[in-house]
Amino acid sequence: MGNFLTHSPILSIITFLPLVGALVILAIGGKPDVVARQSRIIALWTTLLTFVLSLTIWIYFQPGTAAFQFEERFDWLPQYKIGYHMGVDGISMLFVILSTFLMPICILASWEAIEKMVREYMVAFLILETMMVGMFCAMDMVLFYVFFEGVLIPMFLIIGVWGGGRRVYSAFKFFLYTLTGSVLLLVALLAMYFQVGTTDIPALMQAQFSREMQYWLWLGMFASFAVKVPMWPVHTWLPDAHVDAPTAGSVILAGVLLKMGGYGFLRFSLPMLPEASAYFTPLVYTLSVIAVIYTSLVALVQEDMKKLIAYSSVAHMGFVTIGVFSANQQAVEGAIFQMLSHGVVSGALFLCVGVVYDRLHTREIGRYGGLVNNMPKYAFAFMVFMMASVGLPGTAGFVGEFLVLGGTFQVSTWTALLAATGVILGAAYMLYLYRRVVYGELTKDDVKAMLDLEPREIAIFVPILIVVMWMGVYPMSFLGIMNQSVAELVSGYHAALKNSADIAPLGSQFLAWLR
Amino acid sequence: MPAFLIPAVPELFMAIAAMVLLLAGVFREKDSTAILSWLSVGVMAVAVGLILNIKGSGTAFNDLFVVNAFTSFAKILTLIGAGLTLLLINSWAHEENVARFELPVIVLFSTIGMMMMISANDLISLYVGLELQSLSLYVLAAFRRDNARSTEAGVKYFVLGALASGLLLYGSSLVYGFGGTTTFDGLATAIKSGPSSVGVIVGVVFVISGLAFKVSAAPFHMWTPDVYEGAPTPITAFFSVAPKVAALCLFLRVLVGPFAPMIEQWQQVIVLISILSMLWGSVAAITQKNIKRLMAYSSIGHVGYALIGLAVGNEEGARGLLFYLLIYVLMNVGTFAVILSMRVKGRYVEDITDLAGLAKHNPLMAAALAALMFSMAGIPPLAGFLGKYFIFVAAVNAGFVPLAIIGLLASVIGAFYYIRIIKLAYFDEATVRLDKPGLLTGVLMAASSILMLVYFIYPAQLVSGAESAAKALFLG
Repeated sequence: MGNFLTHSPILSIITFLPLVGALVILAIGGKPDVVARQSRIIALWTTLLTFVLSLTIWIYFQPGTAAFQFEERFDWLPQYKIGYHMGVDGISMLFVILSTFLMPICILASWEAIEKMVREYMVAFLILETMMVGMFCAMDMVLFYVFFEGVLIPMFLIIGVWGGGRRVYSAFKFFLYTLTGSVLLLVALLAMYFQVGTTDIPALMQAQFSREMQYWLWLGMFASFAVKVPMWPVHTWLPDAHVDAPTAGSVILAGVLLKMGGYGFLRFSLPMLPEASAYFTPLVYTLSVIAVIYTSLVALVQEDMKKLIAYSSVAHMGFVTIGVFSANQQAVEGAIFQMLSHGVVSGALFLCVGVVYDRLHTREIGRYGGLVNNMPKYAFAFMVFMMASVGLPGTAGFVGEFLVLGGTFQVSTWTALLAATGVILGAAYMLYLYRRVVYGELTKDDVKAMLDLEPREIAIFVPILIVVMWMGVYPMSFLGIMNQSVAELVSGYHAALKNSADIAPLGSQFLAWLR
Repeated sequence: MPAFLIPAVPELFMAIAAMVLLLAGVFREKDSTAILSWLSVGVMAVAVGLILNIKGSGTAFNDLFVVNAFTSFAKILTLIGAGLTLLLINSWAHEENVARFELPVIVLFSTIGMMMMISANDLISLYVGLELQSLSLYVLAAFRRDNARSTEAGVKYFVLGALASGLLLYGSSLVYGFGGTTTFDGLATAIKSGPSSVGVIVGVVFVISGLAFKVSAAPFHMWTPDVYEGAPTPITAFFSVAPKVAALCLFLRVLVGPFAPMIEQWQQVIVLISILSMLWGSVAAITQKNIKRLMAYSSIGHVGYALIGLAVGNEEGARGLLFYLLIYVLMNVGTFAVILSMRVKGRYVEDITDLAGLAKHNPLMAAALAALMFSMAGIPPLAGFLGKYFIFVAAVNAGFVPLAIIGLLASVIGAFYYIRIIKLAYFDEATVRLDKPGLLTGVLMAASSILMLVYFIYPAQLVSGAESAAKALFLG
């Protein structure tokens, strides 16, 4: 089986299987309600099968090497030296699993919430899965860009067609914000192709760029990845997109799409442009610290549950960018782990919002209260995810934050100290949210009438609960996989910096003057 | 047949066939538009076959006319655009009761003009081809002579087109006066031999202005929105593909042929009109309510991107331009098939808000429209992205990084109005219910949008076609 796997294009199969499912759904004919039912079933089975297949790459993954595995190569556009090159290493493999894991959950979460144009909805989600998985597997920059941008199309439609509130405004904002950043990434990509003559990612990692050039390339990439992460001050599309997207759309947005930015920093900025990364680290630190503190404070005053969680996402992703640019083993592993845990936990929190939204059709925190009395199972699930988001030891959220802060402390004490205040603020707004929604008197009649989780919803939450606890109790099963790849990344980064020891980071003169 | 005529066989065949068809139309008593249209498409198909048969390169009519891989590629592209839109014209003419047999014949004549332009190897044959094309187009724009807007479009097009032809002729006369010859090869030698005189430079600028008018590049684009809006829709479709291809290829041939040594002089002009076209095509389209006017600005923008390939002025740029045109033609034919399907109870509508809620009552047409619009906006993985990608690769490789950045940012602005159409079709509630598309328009929009979607699977073949064409251009 292992031998068979190493010779079969397993990554392509995982990537394009959802697309096949989408085509099957498009081929269904019959009455609208039959089509809707069958679309749901086919989408669920396709995503489940994709998830099971993706587990095989986890099983057969060799954690002892930093090399890319399950590689596939095919001359796709030889005139422009663009290859169809797929592969995963310890950094990207877990994101593939994260995407395939969240997908069946999203389909289940949309089972009853989506009533109009069900077929198109399922097709959009399956295409989205292809784009996400493909992006994490792509080992060619153009291929990466195609998947990276291609995500926009289904997500734009998901927010705009099935969203609520100001869905059109939010869909446009999401689309244009991301596209603006992405075209600057494209310019950087073209310039790198011009320099090196290939778009193969492993080859580009070996390439040397002049200092001046690195700065410009870094800024071009930063424009794109910072919007995706999103970093303060280009985060404003995120609360809108989250609030107006359907529940499953928010889950994918928070769970996977935000990780594309962090992944981009790890795959491109750090290994390919080490000097520029070192130079701009103070900038990233500053923006991230502002994100952590400012958006936490903003989250504290939100009246809309989804908006609150959206702002908390910005804060949590601030830890990720700090960890990535601290560039030591601990911090980078922490950043990746934080991305994974945030993907699962914030996804679960959006699902929690979705559960009560389906019943009462409002996300206003003040409309709820006392849910613990009539929805005990829900209160339990929500509590675990809330605690994980806060970073309680024993849950997924703790490990990532702890590693990031520990690693960053070695590099920049101030940054670690300021970022740590975000942990406290995080506890404040999450507990405050939980108190207002779940505790208190059960006074309102419509809230009293709400029923506890039904079996379908339990089926959604149980796998996430297990994963959240697993990640908190035994993180080694995840850290062990990324260990070698991160070690290689970090040592390569520091070796490149050693060769050019005279980088004065941005603003260092200013700090020296301040002292 | 004499050997010196062999390179021109496709054009000769088409010219004779066009005249025969004209006579047949005159002498047949019943209305013969349908038969003549299909025969004209057949003639174009045969011409494609004949073009494919020409191997290597050669000249005819004492070097007035040249063929090589580049001209073959451009001509086939023109013929594809013309043939597909002629099918649209035919079915439209019957629905609107304006079927007249001259219609396909005039299309055929203008196509011959375009092919002459592409193969022109002399300022004189360039002008003859251009005028044959333009005169036919003026007539086509005003074809609904009982319709005020159509007539207005024809007159406007004619007056401004005549002005542009005047500019072109004046420029040519200056070039002839200071260069001493009208042949492209002679001009190339004359210009290469010494520092270019001011007279030639002024002449080239006039020639560029005339050609920029024909490709509707800003700031010579003023006629485009009015003519696109006023002309009957399938004629607009024809305007937006075939003449664009021919004029851009001619532009390319003139500038990298005889005027190649003056690249420093003309490059800045092309860069400027390219930037203006990209920006104005994106910005001005935002406020448009009529879909044909919107497509006019869209085509101005697309010409701006194509002109980047010209501004770069090397083989990679030419390859990018040809490939961009290829995608553009296929994309535009599909889009106009959608526009031609915008009918409410048999009546054509042109307001973009009439597309509202299309996804509810006609999901397939909405999906085709969405694919085409995302492709126009250049979002991967649709084919439109690859077109833009190759253009920008060429620009960055030649050091035009600011131009590439401006172009890409303009494409973001442009994306706004393309996705606004998708928003209407998918996010909004229907105000009117469009009729089911006809068979032909349905097939064309389906084929075009599917091509845009699946082109990414195997792009190498068409790229190598554009590559060998570009190579041939720079050999000569």
